[in-house]
This record gives sequence, structure tokens and C-alpha cells, in this order.
Amino acid sequence: MSYFGDVVALTRKDLLLELRAKETLPSMLLFVLAALTIFHFALPRGAGHTAALGLLWSALIFTALLGLTRAFVAEREQGMFDALVLAPCDRSAIWLAKSLAVLAFLAAAEVVALPAFAAFFSGIGGRTIAAVALADLGIAAVGTLFGAMAVAGRARELLLPLLFLPMAIPIVVGGVGGYLWFLVLYDAIFVVLAWATFEYVVAEV
Amino acid sequence: MIEARALSMRYGDRRVFRDVDVELADGAFLLVTGPNGSGKTTLLRVLAGLTAPTSGELRRPERHTIGYLGHDPLVYRELTPLENLALFGRLYRLPERGERIGMLLERFGLWGVRHERVSTFSRGMQQRLGLCRVLLHDPQLLLLDEPYNALDAQGAALLDDLLGEDRTHVVATHEPQRVEARATQRLAFA
Repeated sequence: MSYFGDVVALTRKDLLLELRAKETLPSMLLFVLAALTIFHFALPRGAGHTAALGLLWSALIFTALLGLTRAFVAEREQGMFDALVLAPCDRSAIWLAKSLAVLAFLAAAEVVALPAFAAFFSGIGGRTIAAVALADLGIAAVGTLFGAMAVAGRARELLLPLLFLPMAIPIVVGGVGGYLWFLVLYDAIFVVLAWATFEYVVAEV
Repeated sequence: MIEARALSMRYGDRRVFRDVDVELADGAFLLVTGPNGSGKTTLLRVLAGLTAPTSGELRRPERHTIGYLGHDPLVYRELTPLENLALFGRLYRLPERGERIGMLLERFGLWGVRHERVSTFSRGMQQRLGLCRVLLHDPQLLLLDEPYNALDAQGAALLDDLLGEDRTHVVATHEPQRVEARATQRLAFA
């Protein structure tokens, strides 16, 4: 119970920080709406549903990347990783809490993005919504791990996209194709991998 | 408490320090001095377990018995003092942490601003809160990097009292005269 208590306390802290700073979520919302608006005018009339879906997934991935670049701002700028790593809690709780906060921001951005997509392009089916929800899990898990790695690097602004975008390709493939089983498999593998390896990532942060 | 043999640290081609030996018994007070960039901060980070040395052997206590204050006070600026200390109290599994938090905030003169965001504080008030965080779990070993930074006379006096308590201390400072009398061991970096 202590582990989940730590996760709840750390997640609450991340949500509180965002609620007060109001930096990440407004940027994500503005970005995803702007991207979908641009795609609406850029996509030729008569283009198919799959092409529109491809653009939706591109917008979602880059919106997630924007959120991930901000995920560890407090830890990086205020040196908070040192204080967190010294605490005797399980270090994977830090990853899990941050992933949950990222997941919450993604979900909030998508609550706006999906209706906007339905309005600009064609409607959204239940399969796409399920795919987006599954993709969010993988994005949050992998992105948070890479976000923590990027904090330790010197070229951190470059490092996160370079690590994250290649890992997002399977998510786009699964999302556009509507292969839910593939996204479940991706989530299962990378959630476990990220949870198990976070300890080693922050050991030298 | 701490036993370090032939600790060396390099960042790429740059050698930070080489073959440092530290042996601290319970209650010892190690004063670390040296010019900027001489390796004081890096040594404290190594002793805290935040950075691995390039080579050497290190035996140190469990991390929950260490209190570390770096150049930054290591508190979340968008949270209040109460929220910061409640978070770390939770992570350190402190029983009856409310009482301990209240006592520390009173001691360091922050009780009156306990509901205000840290971002509105002066650097000296943030440093006081950093000291509250360090003391929250009543650590046996204190690793303090330039702890007098930004403190006013009253804050510095509070820190003087703290350094007189029965703990093991490692203090890196540019103001050695403040703690010189307490030091049982000295390490001077060139």
C-alpha cells in the first residue's frame, strides 16, 4: 500500500504543479487544435478517411511530444531529481506517477482534439477512440522514461524527440491501422520495460 | 558512518579530484574547502550517492539516513512549504509528520507563510525551507553544500544551532570561519 500511496502523492504533486503553472496543458491544446486546423486546409478535398486518420495520429504524437518535453521541467530546473532519488521510496513510483500525470494531460488534450477532428474531417469510430486510449498508455510509459533520460543529457531538447519519435512509429502503425491487439502488445511490453528500467535511468541523474 | 578509499572523479578529460580518502565516525564534522570548480560539490554528490565515482571504494549509510542540501534548496517552487514537506514526509514514511513539519516550520520562521507558494519567497526563505526538508526525517548524516548561501543573520544563526546538534556533518563552504571551530576533520581541495 505504501507504494501506491507514494504514487498517489507524486501524481497529485504533478497535477498540482500543472494546475498552478498552467504551462503544459494549454500549450498542448493550442498545438493540437492548430495542427488539426492546418491539416484540415492542407488535405485535398476527397482525400480518404485513412489519410485523415494519419494526420490525426501525427497531431497526437507531436502533441504528446510537446507535453513530454515539459514533464520533467520542475525536476530539471529545480534539481528535484536529487531530492526524489534520495527518498527511500521505490524509484519506479516516480516513473509511474509521472506517467499517470502525462496520461491525464494526453487524455485532456484528446477530449478536445477528437471532437475537433470529427468536426474538421470525418466522424470518429469506437475503434479509433479505443486505439487512442491504448496508444496513450504506451506514449506515457515510453515517453516518461525517455523524458527522464533526456534530463540527464546535455542536448536534452534534441535527445527526447530522437529517442521518442522512432519508438512512436509502431503506435502510429497500430493506430492508423486500427490494430488494437498490436497496441495492447506494445503497451504490455513497454510498460513493464519502462517500469523495470527507470531505477537505472535515475541512478545517475 | 562513511568510509571512502581512493575516490576519483573525471568528467571526460577533466579530472575533478583524485584519490580522496574520507573516514568519518559517528558525530564527526568534516569541513570541505576549496575554490570554485575544485570538486567540493561533486564530492558531496558522490557521498550522497547521487553520482557514481569514476573509481574508488565507498561505504556509506542507507539513503533514508542522509540529509542532502545542494546548491538549490530542492523544493518545488509552485507548491507551498506545507505541501513540499508533506510530500517528502510521505516519501520518507514519517509517522505523525504533521507535528514534525509544524515544528520545523516554526523553528525556521516559516510557519506564517506555510500556505504561500515557494516561488514568492526570497532566496533566503527558500534556503530555510530547504533546511526544513533536509531535517524532516531526522537524518544521522548531513551533507550540506554552501548551506549559508543567501541566509540572513537570523537564518545563519539558526543554521549554526543546527550544525551544533549531535549528527555527522559534511559541510562544503566558502565561509569556513563560520564552522571552523566545529570541524573535527578538514579536506582542502586545491
